[in-house]
Amino acid sequence: MRTRQFLKPRTVGRDVDRLVDALPKHNIGTQGYDPWGLNPDTAKITFTAVRWLYQNYFRVQANGLDNIPGEGRLLIIGNHSGQLPMDGVMVSFSVANKAENARLPRSMIERWFPSVPFLGNWMNSVGGVIGDPKNCAKMLEREEAIVVFPEGIRGSGKPYRLRYQLQRFGHGFMHLAMEHNTPIVPVGVVGCEETMPSLVDIKPLARMLGMPYFPLAPLVPLPARVFLNFGKPMHFANDARNERDVEWRVEEVKDAIRDLIDTGIAQRKSIF
Amino acid sequence: MTESTENKSDIDETANSTQESATPRRKTPARRQSRGRNTRSRPKAHGIGSDTRGKVLVTGAAGALAQHVIALLKENYEVVGVEFRGLQTDYPDTVDYVVDFNTRPFEDVFREHGFMGIIHLGRIRFTQSTRNRRYSANVVGTARLLRLARKYGVEQVIALSTYHVYGADARNPSLIDEEYPMRAANLMPEIVDAVELENLFNIHLYKHPELNIAILRPCNIAGPGINNEISRMLSQSVAPCLFGFSPLMQFIHVEDMAAAVLRSFERNRPGVYNVAPEDYVAYQDALQLAGCRRLFLPSVPPSLARRSVRALGRYAPPDYLIDFFKYAVIIDGGLFARTFDFTPQHSLSELLGHYRGRK
Repeated sequence: MRTRQFLKPRTVGRDVDRLVDALPKHNIGTQGYDPWGLNPDTAKITFTAVRWLYQNYFRVQANGLDNIPGEGRLLIIGNHSGQLPMDGVMVSFSVANKAENARLPRSMIERWFPSVPFLGNWMNSVGGVIGDPKNCAKMLEREEAIVVFPEGIRGSGKPYRLRYQLQRFGHGFMHLAMEHNTPIVPVGVVGCEETMPSLVDIKPLARMLGMPYFPLAPLVPLPARVFLNFGKPMHFANDARNERDVEWRVEEVKDAIRDLIDTGIAQRKSIF
Repeated sequence: MTESTENKSDIDETANSTQESATPRRKTPARRQSRGRNTRSRPKAHGIGSDTRGKVLVTGAAGALAQHVIALLKENYEVVGVEFRGLQTDYPDTVDYVVDFNTRPFEDVFREHGFMGIIHLGRIRFTQSTRNRRYSANVVGTARLLRLARKYGVEQVIALSTYHVYGADARNPSLIDEEYPMRAANLMPEIVDAVELENLFNIHLYKHPELNIAILRPCNIAGPGINNEISRMLSQSVAPCLFGFSPLMQFIHVEDMAAAVLRSFERNRPGVYNVAPEDYVAYQDALQLAGCRRLFLPSVPPSLARRSVRALGRYAPPDYLIDFFKYAVIIDGGLFARTFDFTPQHSLSELLGHYRGRK
């Protein structure tokens, strides 16, 4: 609290202050926290740095943001890459930074993050939530927008040679979308693969440190240009007869994401 | 709820000296009130034509929460307070009997009064006594209480549990609802008595619906008179916290909790309910709002964290509860709020201000 009070006036500009203040925050309590730990003051401090990264470092181009409605439950489903969850940060900030109908989508984070000192609390306070279906269901009931990468660590931890190849998608997001009558907006992320290209996953070291993977990669993200393309909302009725039906629907979303990735690659004139 | 183990030796000494001076330590039902009244028969009607709606047994009657509950109950019910934690030399007026649930004289309390309801608030806390003693008092004692409740035709039972039964873990979702597994049994075996107690009530809830059992799982209860682990931390001028961890917490004021107990008793809707307000604060923020200075303890590796907590003794929570000061356990009190139309009256600022005001 005191750190926030010290940092906020020294770091947060008026535009970021206004940006976060304008976002709908239905579930925030009297002490500035929502049930998942989001804290607008910490978000403001973080967004000051994120905005610089978004505009000047990764020079993000976001297209199709009109497909994100200003309110109501929503799942934003994308391809995961880049070792660090930079893609989630960029997708969330692009939606929060929209000129009209901005909102702060919550990002699903890996389950081991909360066990890391500082990192877990910080990620929660800027909108990260552990990827648990119960969490997701509760947030959808409260009309939140959620960014989900169904590939999980299979996507973020993959080596560079597998770039832009979608890994196996979990089906959990589709079950949630159907059960909670939630539209899915697919998003294709291009550029994050190049921010932290990994040559190999050093598995023994990862096991020793209790991490899901340990990439042989640059120590800091490289300044690759990032392209985000948001697709049209997809609706799925809750009438799947078996898991095979669900799998077909997941494949539909994967196809939509593949098309959006191709669009992003076509838009990109240079990697850096 | 009222006494901690650190006082036990002093109290025992006092008790011994008192015994020597001819006042025997209370072990059997010792009535402090209603002496000489014939209470063998069940009280007359509840409602129209009757002064009260019936007789209610409140366990843990010396505790701060029980005192608030009894004060509220007395407006409409005849209340008999029982305390089984024989740690004190002086009991508040709310205690009518001091008796161990596992002893035969406890049945005399039931024989003597025709209870229409039981509010079971008496539980030996995690920091009080040993694991075996806790198990014996909390689980075996409660089993006997429920047996007697059936035998003497009690119509309603309210049981106080705790959110600790969910366990603290990095993978916990937020807004845990009542169907979530009670993972404490696996995560922290030291507090298995709390889970066992719940299981006991759950079995009776379905096997003996005539008892109309409602189990309340509140978040951290705090406020005047409360002496649980979190309340002790907030009361201290310097309170420990783990470096890099500030879990989100929920607090309910003792008066609000008493009102919740009364509401659930009066409306009589059996089931399991979380009780928590829709307001949240990070542990380290709570400490600062309560006027505490933070003492940072190493958080990794976990063994070092446990060792440093143990070194602080009673100035820190017990080491097996350390994960509750590391990971958030946020419960969803929505079902209780909707079922019983309940809204807490005391704000978080007011609650934490109480501790700041005492420093």
